[in-house]
Amino acid sequence: MISYLCKKFFILLTSLFLVATMTFVLMHIIPGDPFTEEKAVPEEILKAMYKHYGLDQPWYVQYGHYLKGIATFDLGPSFKYQGRSVTEIITEGFPVSFILGAEALLLAFGLGTIAGSIAALKHMKWQDNLVMILAVLGISVPSFILATFLQYLFAMQWDLLPVARWGSFAHTILPALALAALPTAFIARLMRSGLVEILQQDYILTAKAKGLSKFEIIFRHALRNALLPIVTYLGPLATAVLTGSFAVEKIFGIPGLGQWFVMSITNRDYTVIMGTTVFYSALLLLCVFASEFLYTLIDPRIQRSDKRVRA
Amino acid sequence: MNDLFDPLDKSNLSFTDTGPSASYSYWKDSWSRLKSNRLGMVGLIMLLLLLVLAIVGPLLTPYTYYETYLHLKNQPPSLQFWFGTDELGRDLFTRVWWGARISLFVGITASLIDLAIGVLYGAFAALVGGKTEETMMRLCDVLYSIPYLLVVILLMVIIGSGITTILLALTITGWIGMARIVRGQILQLKELDFVKAAESLGASRFRLMRRHLIPNAMGQIIVTMTLTVPTAIFAEAFLSFLGLGVQAPIASWGTMASDGLPALRYYPWRLFFPAGFISLTMLSFNLLGDALRDAFDPRLRL
Repeated sequence: MISYLCKKFFILLTSLFLVATMTFVLMHIIPGDPFTEEKAVPEEILKAMYKHYGLDQPWYVQYGHYLKGIATFDLGPSFKYQGRSVTEIITEGFPVSFILGAEALLLAFGLGTIAGSIAALKHMKWQDNLVMILAVLGISVPSFILATFLQYLFAMQWDLLPVARWGSFAHTILPALALAALPTAFIARLMRSGLVEILQQDYILTAKAKGLSKFEIIFRHALRNALLPIVTYLGPLATAVLTGSFAVEKIFGIPGLGQWFVMSITNRDYTVIMGTTVFYSALLLLCVFASEFLYTLIDPRIQRSDKRVRA
Repeated sequence: MNDLFDPLDKSNLSFTDTGPSASYSYWKDSWSRLKSNRLGMVGLIMLLLLLVLAIVGPLLTPYTYYETYLHLKNQPPSLQFWFGTDELGRDLFTRVWWGARISLFVGITASLIDLAIGVLYGAFAALVGGKTEETMMRLCDVLYSIPYLLVVILLMVIIGSGITTILLALTITGWIGMARIVRGQILQLKELDFVKAAESLGASRFRLMRRHLIPNAMGQIIVTMTLTVPTAIFAEAFLSFLGLGVQAPIASWGTMASDGLPALRYYPWRLFFPAGFISLTMLSFNLLGDALRDAFDPRLRL
């Protein structure tokens, strides 16, 4: 199991290194530099600025600096916002995005497992069909579109919840719902297919034969195993929530990292784009790693197969 | 011993030889199962309708997607403008179907490129085997773990926006899923007796691939393709919504939705038409994809 995790961790580090390098290379391919578009600046000032941002050095020195910066979480200054560092922007925006994302994932987990279980227990009945149709809708309607519909209905037409901005719990409800739709649908589908398969297993039959109540069969024997595959999808689900947050934060005017990222793209604030991309990638790769780690912890079968491979 | 058995009364025997049961080809069989899937057929029909409207839609109105009528801006849907007009007085009906052309073009082209690269890569890896395969698949693992939308956004920032960039950005990491599935399928098929038989009869690797392996993996390949199209359509709409996609005056559903967002309170149709069609298209592809998966899945065969 440890060798398995080591291998996965090695892949994680390689991917992160690749992303960082790719970002660096791409940012250096662009013709011009962050100061070319400004109006004519005296030669000395330009030189001083180059020196200040370390742009006068050869690329390998810059690359070394850059990698060292990533390792120590010092991502350099922002080009557009004077006196602000990328690290500052991330530490400011990320907590907001994190609250929103965590709320969405929790909601998705709760709703998704319940809906999926209902569908599986009422397999081929109308409840099942309803859940499955809702799930296809949830997968098909992009979060940025759902967000605008929710905003229009609940905030503009019915005046139930705040239209935008950030502050109280009420502000988080609509964006979290919009972000949660896709993961909810995904989890519901996984839960349903997993549970349907498990309910046909012999050990469920054994449990029934022992005279256990339906409640006990489902909660003690079936649900636990059906929840397993969902853990492995933590990574992709986190990705979906995160990318969704770029647009959803824009729609609801939420001062999270997603909003900053999109603004830095429009402003061509290269250091912020680079820093945030690397930060996001690291975050998502960690999520994938964490879900694999959790899975090996929860599911003893993986360890066994690992041993067999080594023997 | 003999009295343990009763002789059969031959007159009571009704044994009719029906011959071999009617044989179904793989494709016929799958098609009949697809036909019986109501949601899947709904998806297929909606897609065909969308395709037809994307082709003829812009021809149904006297307007073009770029012509502006500044005295007729933000008109609600009416007989003159079926879907209303936008903030520059452009006809939304015409623009929506131009957007459909772009979305479908991006979605289908991206998935075709993914198909070509993915099948070649996956099939090659599966056939070569050994160290090469190991390295090739490890590379896939690494590339796969990089969040693709971040790569796409980065590329759009660097190369600049436009349809070609979107296609390039989408296919840079998009083929990996296909490659993995093709490899998995071929590894499975390679062990089957009919492939072994063909091999022992002296079929070349190329012939094995062309005649036996790829055609039998086709079901999975089609399902994967059908499900990549909505991902590509989503990515295009999402990027355009963030302002990174196609540029004005070209109409894309994403840009139209993004333009309509600030006017949501007063002119909601400007957002709702493009947004609705993005969702409808993705829904149709997903319904069809799910139905195809069920239709091609031999485990469900009765």
